[in-house]
Amino acid sequence: MTTADIAARHDAETANAETVFYLKDEHDHPEGSSTALGFWIYLMSDCLIFAVLFAIYGVLGANYAAGPSPKDLFELPLVALNTTMLLLSSITYGFAMLTMEKGRVAATQIWLAVTGLFGLAFLSIELYEFHHLIEIGATPQRSAFLSAFFTLVGTHGLHVTFGTVWLVTLMVQVAKHGLIAANRRRLMCLSMFWHFLDVVWIGVFTFVYLTGMLR
Amino acid sequence: MIFGRLTLESFPLHEPILLVTFAAVVLGGIVVVGALTYFRVWGYLWREWFTSVDHKKIGIMYMVLGLVMLLRGFADAIMMRLQQAMAFNGSEGYLTAHHYDQVFTAHGVIMIFFVAMPMVTGLMNFVVPLQIGARDVSFPFLNNFSFWMTTAGAVLVMMSLFVGEFARTGWLAYPPLSGIGYSPDVGVDYYIWALQVAGIGTLLSGINLVCTIVKMRAPGMTMMKMPVFTWTSLCTNVLIVAAFPVLTAVLALLSLDRYAGTNFFTNDFGGSPMMYVNLIWIWGHPEVYILILPAFGIFSEVTSTFSGKRLFGYTSMVYATVVITILSYLVWLHHFFTMGSGASVNSFFGITTMIISIPTGAKIFNWLFTMYRGRIRFELPMMWTLAFMLTFTVGGMTGVLLAVPPADFVLHNSLFLVAHFHNVIIGGVLFGLFAGIVYWWPKAFGFKLDPFWGKLSFWFWVVGFWFAFMPLYILGLMGVTRRMRVFDDPSLQIWFVIAGFGAFLILLGIVSFLVQIGVSVLRRDKLRETTGDPWDGRTLEWATSSPPPAYNFAFTPVIHDNDAWSDMKRRGYQRPLDGYRPIHMPSNTPTGIILAGLSMAVAFGLIWYMWWLAALGFVALLVVAIAHTFNYHRDFHIPVEEVVRTEAERTRLLAGAGA
Amino acid sequence: MSSEAHGDHGGHGDHAQAHGSFRGYLTGFLLSVVLTAIPFWLVMNNVLDNKQATAIVIMAFAVVQIVVHMVFFLHMNGRSEGGWTMLALIFTIILVVIALTGSLWVMYHLNANMMPGHDMSQMQ
Repeated sequence: MTTADIAARHDAETANAETVFYLKDEHDHPEGSSTALGFWIYLMSDCLIFAVLFAIYGVLGANYAAGPSPKDLFELPLVALNTTMLLLSSITYGFAMLTMEKGRVAATQIWLAVTGLFGLAFLSIELYEFHHLIEIGATPQRSAFLSAFFTLVGTHGLHVTFGTVWLVTLMVQVAKHGLIAANRRRLMCLSMFWHFLDVVWIGVFTFVYLTGMLR
Repeated sequence: MIFGRLTLESFPLHEPILLVTFAAVVLGGIVVVGALTYFRVWGYLWREWFTSVDHKKIGIMYMVLGLVMLLRGFADAIMMRLQQAMAFNGSEGYLTAHHYDQVFTAHGVIMIFFVAMPMVTGLMNFVVPLQIGARDVSFPFLNNFSFWMTTAGAVLVMMSLFVGEFARTGWLAYPPLSGIGYSPDVGVDYYIWALQVAGIGTLLSGINLVCTIVKMRAPGMTMMKMPVFTWTSLCTNVLIVAAFPVLTAVLALLSLDRYAGTNFFTNDFGGSPMMYVNLIWIWGHPEVYILILPAFGIFSEVTSTFSGKRLFGYTSMVYATVVITILSYLVWLHHFFTMGSGASVNSFFGITTMIISIPTGAKIFNWLFTMYRGRIRFELPMMWTLAFMLTFTVGGMTGVLLAVPPADFVLHNSLFLVAHFHNVIIGGVLFGLFAGIVYWWPKAFGFKLDPFWGKLSFWFWVVGFWFAFMPLYILGLMGVTRRMRVFDDPSLQIWFVIAGFGAFLILLGIVSFLVQIGVSVLRRDKLRETTGDPWDGRTLEWATSSPPPAYNFAFTPVIHDNDAWSDMKRRGYQRPLDGYRPIHMPSNTPTGIILAGLSMAVAFGLIWYMWWLAALGFVALLVVAIAHTFNYHRDFHIPVEEVVRTEAERTRLLAGAGA
Repeated sequence: MSSEAHGDHGGHGDHAQAHGSFRGYLTGFLLSVVLTAIPFWLVMNNVLDNKQATAIVIMAFAVVQIVVHMVFFLHMNGRSEGGWTMLALIFTIILVVIALTGSLWVMYHLNANMMPGHDMSQMQ
């Protein structure tokens, strides 16, 4: 007798039972049904890491130790350019998700690649900025303000770096297996991660760069 | 530089106490390894335990870790008690300042992070999926990984005993003392990296359990039909997810100060050591609720089971838990009233702290009313619960005392504070853990724990606790500060001797507990429990066999009421005897233990400035993690024949029990 | 037996994973461009001539833009995952606000009480 037969007979026998105390006919739990929620909760915890870094910047951000202040250091056009890169990468990731929905592998890969390139552009600009600051003596060791600045912006940059590594990994996996359910789930998680970094960046450019210039 | 700053000098060959300990550990280690090899259980351990993703096995491994670390943490405790009882009348005691400072730091760190946390996580891991009628947690692989990360952290702390030294800063490592200027040695680095590695494990397991509780409840189990232990676990894990990132961030900033020369918590260049204190307590206060909430859950289950009644005020219990969860985020400043934020700030945090005692008090009343007119069975779990109610209430009230800022200015940093938090942590968390261990042991192993040695352990613990900590309240009121190594005033000695006697009683309590386990294992056939429901339980974990099969439930249960199993028994539930199906389960994987091992290598490299090791380990970590994502086949089906066989065995056992 | 718990639990089908539409992404993008450009313009050209007012305005823009990103890019709504993502988000926002404002408040009072008269920006 097959499993299905056993189950069928069982169903017939207990059909009249008043209260059901267990599931007779159960499907496998689809793998990864908790992934979206789990990843979202991870993002929330990451959000609190950034909250601490923002708090540190908020408290120590004006302690220049007689060193350079934001006005001496920040170049807003560069920051605007950087923000543009990140914003563009967000919309291109959105397009990747849309093409993924339609199951178009090649188009998805292209949009992912474009997103990755924007991410790299963002990182390059940030590295250039850091390099420039360190060169003129505004190192993370110079003052509490600079320690907090480099750590907050750098942590965001590290996240983008990991996001880019992850993106490449996923592109390989999509190339290998196509847009199967597992890969779509992963792309969806990275999408949340990527957009989340964008949200953090809104905080960074407002709270660090723009208000910094107002001091 | 292959060895970084690790030289022969780093090994504490000049410390006779450590040498003897080291010899004992090595001998013990050889015996254990030899025995494991002789009985050829390595393969079994690796296949069935170390690589297991079964939440029950992981839960048990957490408990073993916690127990082992309890012995280490308690060894530190009794050393301190001995030192303080001796160091009077010009005696220096037997510990050097260098050693003593490490001992009290290690004691705090180990007891909180590597005893209380693993045991709480272990119980939640074991019980929660069973209570909600699930077959495993949401992310079984992450669960295994989390356990090994916690273990890796514990191993790092243990390593510091013989390779280098541990921090001499107190358990929260306040800067500037923990900065590179005042603590240039590896001690603080061991502290930082042990907590960072273990913290990742804790965070991931928190996410995992939140998801499990939210997504994997059996059909019919609405939020307000969840067992109270599951509710408190949910709140605890929410707190873990919300608090541990703060710890991670703060320790990362401290390590940047130490490694990269930044100025977050330094005294110069605009840094602020007080900011560290502020931030670490934003984690630290929720942390104590992370520990106590599951204990509250255990007491709720135990009280209701052993009173044979539904829990009084289930809804208020749930709301009290949720309110505590949120309020625990609004009280952190009461740990540093004396820092100088002024009257307005202090009164705000003093008031929020006092408010938190209201939901806690409500819980106590709920337990009392549950017992009222119940048919109480005074078995071990219930005894622990009663001891908790008496002890914890005292601890809670001294806590309210400390919440009054002017009183805190007098009592801050004194032994009164030390007595207070031991009063709530031992009287609350530890008693809760013991109640939980005795309560769920038969579920985990299929036999009960021996009651005689259990009662002995209980009385030694409870009496020992009162002897050990009441003198500290008195000393604290007399103005004795904590963490002192020698004393000038000879009139204080008698109190320290009494406290030392209490510690000795607790030692007997721990020994009795170990004997209890040993005796129970030897007499397991007599203590055998075949029904799966030894205490006339009320929640779903008692619906399955003891120990539960790998898949927990052959059929996913359907819930109609709170205390689901009680409800099922009352309404004449018949255990299904056929119609089994293959069961979909996650597969075991060694990736977790490998990743944790690599993390440990990275941490070790960073601690000792072996940059090549850290870099290599990090790259390997990345490679293994990415490679793991290329494995798409992480599950299998338990064949129906095996389910049929397992369930037939259970039918046979149940028939035997009835006869 | 059909209950809210089971609704979540089975996870049958691609529930709650709306990936948005082309229009949605484009709207979000255009809104964020505007919401980014205005604060930059305000600060770079010193439009408002009042630092405090400018700070408040750009903070407000940031909050709006964060909401825009949440809605159009992260597809937040009260329904996905049975409302749990929204609940988690609200809880996190509360905690972030507590940690941020609490730290600022505590540390501001600390500095005011313990180091009166010091200019923190010059402290060596």
